[in-house]
Amino acid sequence: MSPKGLLIDVTACLGPSCGKCVVVCKRENNLPDGIEEKLSFRSFTVLQKRDGLFVRKLCMHCEHPSCVAVCPVGALSKRETGAVVYDAGKCMGCRYCMVACPFEVPTFEWNDWNPRIRKCILCADRIEKGLVTACAEACPTEATLFGDRQTLITIAESRIRKNAEKYQPRMFGLFEAGGTSVFYLSAVPFEILGFPKRLTEEAPPELPWHILQQVPTVVLMGAFILGGSYWLYRRREEVAKLEAQMKDEKGHAGTKGGASHVE
Amino acid sequence: MLNRFKGLLKPWPVITAVVVGMAVAIAIQRYIHGLGSVTNLSDSSAWGLWIGMDVLSGIALAAGGFIMASSVYVFGLKKFKPIVRMSILTAFMGYLFFVAGLLVELGRPWNIWHCIVYWNVHSPLFWKAWCVMVYSTVLVLEFSQVIFEKFGWKRLEDIFHRVSVPLIVVGAIVATLDQSLVGTLFTVMPSKLDALWYSPILPVLFFSSCIAAGLAMIIFESALSKRFLNHETPLPLLVSVSKGLTIALGIFAILRFADLATRGALPLAFTSRYETPFFWLEIVLFFILPFILLINKKTRTSPRGLFFASLSVVFGLLMHRLNVVTTGFAQVNAGYSPSWQEFVISTAFVMVGFVLVGMVVRYLPVIPEEAPAPAVSDEEAEEYVRVAWSV
Repeated sequence: MSPKGLLIDVTACLGPSCGKCVVVCKRENNLPDGIEEKLSFRSFTVLQKRDGLFVRKLCMHCEHPSCVAVCPVGALSKRETGAVVYDAGKCMGCRYCMVACPFEVPTFEWNDWNPRIRKCILCADRIEKGLVTACAEACPTEATLFGDRQTLITIAESRIRKNAEKYQPRMFGLFEAGGTSVFYLSAVPFEILGFPKRLTEEAPPELPWHILQQVPTVVLMGAFILGGSYWLYRRREEVAKLEAQMKDEKGHAGTKGGASHVE
Repeated sequence: MLNRFKGLLKPWPVITAVVVGMAVAIAIQRYIHGLGSVTNLSDSSAWGLWIGMDVLSGIALAAGGFIMASSVYVFGLKKFKPIVRMSILTAFMGYLFFVAGLLVELGRPWNIWHCIVYWNVHSPLFWKAWCVMVYSTVLVLEFSQVIFEKFGWKRLEDIFHRVSVPLIVVGAIVATLDQSLVGTLFTVMPSKLDALWYSPILPVLFFSSCIAAGLAMIIFESALSKRFLNHETPLPLLVSVSKGLTIALGIFAILRFADLATRGALPLAFTSRYETPFFWLEIVLFFILPFILLINKKTRTSPRGLFFASLSVVFGLLMHRLNVVTTGFAQVNAGYSPSWQEFVISTAFVMVGFVLVGMVVRYLPVIPEEAPAPAVSDEEAEEYVRVAWSV
């Protein structure tokens, strides 16, 4: 199955007065009712008002997800459909995924004795059956569009081309943090919509991966330095012993007895 | 009878008992109602004091173990032999508390064994978990010699002596990896961690700072063992350790500032921001204060001067690690500051650590008995110190 994604057009969103995406998301994922401002274990998607516009936040389903890369037990994984999913059965609750995520997406059940990481999973089971995500199905305008990642990129580019005066010249998500599966079109700069400023184009997981590849070098160098030092130390001791012995023998030869034995 | 009560009411045992009791109550609440019920952690500040103190700093302060073991048995610096067991014990405590801390800190601690069966080789934390497992085992084996000696198990002692050098070499390599991996954990967040702390060479910075911290911990502990265990480590030995500390601090200071300068982050240190005072507190405690004390001849050769220099380095290390975990995320974590419960748990861990070390030292031959502090005159001591510095 080809990688899927979402295209979110901030200019077409009706905001909380519609709010259908939020409601169906909660129903799809069995989450408690209620409107929240921030992503949490209660809300996998939220509508935030920024500069008169409504921006919908949800998991970006990165092409090279930091959360998937850093999870020590592989509780998070990226499916063929592009959906980044979570397996609570493996999770040990270290929350490294939350700290690592450049978009502050994964949330935690802070007041549960057996807490889970909670986040949007791009309706992974639905889309594998060939369905559309719940939010995209519910959206009455073209604010949320579900489709093949490549198709969405083409659509976004053509919207920008046709309405150059309305949109920012580039979409968000093509290169940010190594590329995402959720794209945004906006009328205002993306920083104003609350997106992080210092995102790199290099996928963040590459950074620790380059370092981890140095591990064999460090091990070999360590073995060489420590082994060499030990050899030198032993050699020095041997030489010192021999020298002492020679001195002692000389002493023996000169005075005949009297000198103490060297061990 | 009265004397007994007097003994009980000595301040330290009482304070320890109260703090540990509170910590147990807090831990119970945490296991029933979740981490949110006792901490100020939140979705935007998922790691806090416990990670910064028990996990990051505990590991760094344990570095004395592999430094001393390899100095004595691999590099042949035999003069440090009297303190090698103590530093291995400290390292073991550091790692014990890393694991114990995780059992409180992890959301689902009952799954901690999953890192043995579910592998993700791309995760620095996965490798760190394995380093901790391997190195803790090495530390137990290294320390087992003390137990063999105590009970006079000659054959086991012989076996130990045959494998000790390879064991120490493996331990030193794994510990080096482990210390560097702690820094590697944070390399994945270039867009989140503040430029004063984020660096592509974080693993190198974490490793070089742990050397300083490990050496400082040795000096700090010998001051404590003088106060509480009535055992005095010879001053010239401590001066030698402090010489290593000065060099390690110098290397770390150069790396730290060269890194800031090359990344163009140095101006941030002089900008009025929320992060700036935390940065300077770290720099003062980690570099400036210890350097003043270690460069001045009078303070670097006095037990008191060495004690304060090492104490400052220990707190500087703590500040650096806490800055990486909390201050460095100030732009995203909405002003996290630890709850009092978090402080109580962390303090209790430190206190239990000291009590355990004290108990082990009392019952096992950790501190060499044949080396009572030689009665030396002040001039002789000064001569020792001069010689130690000139080597």
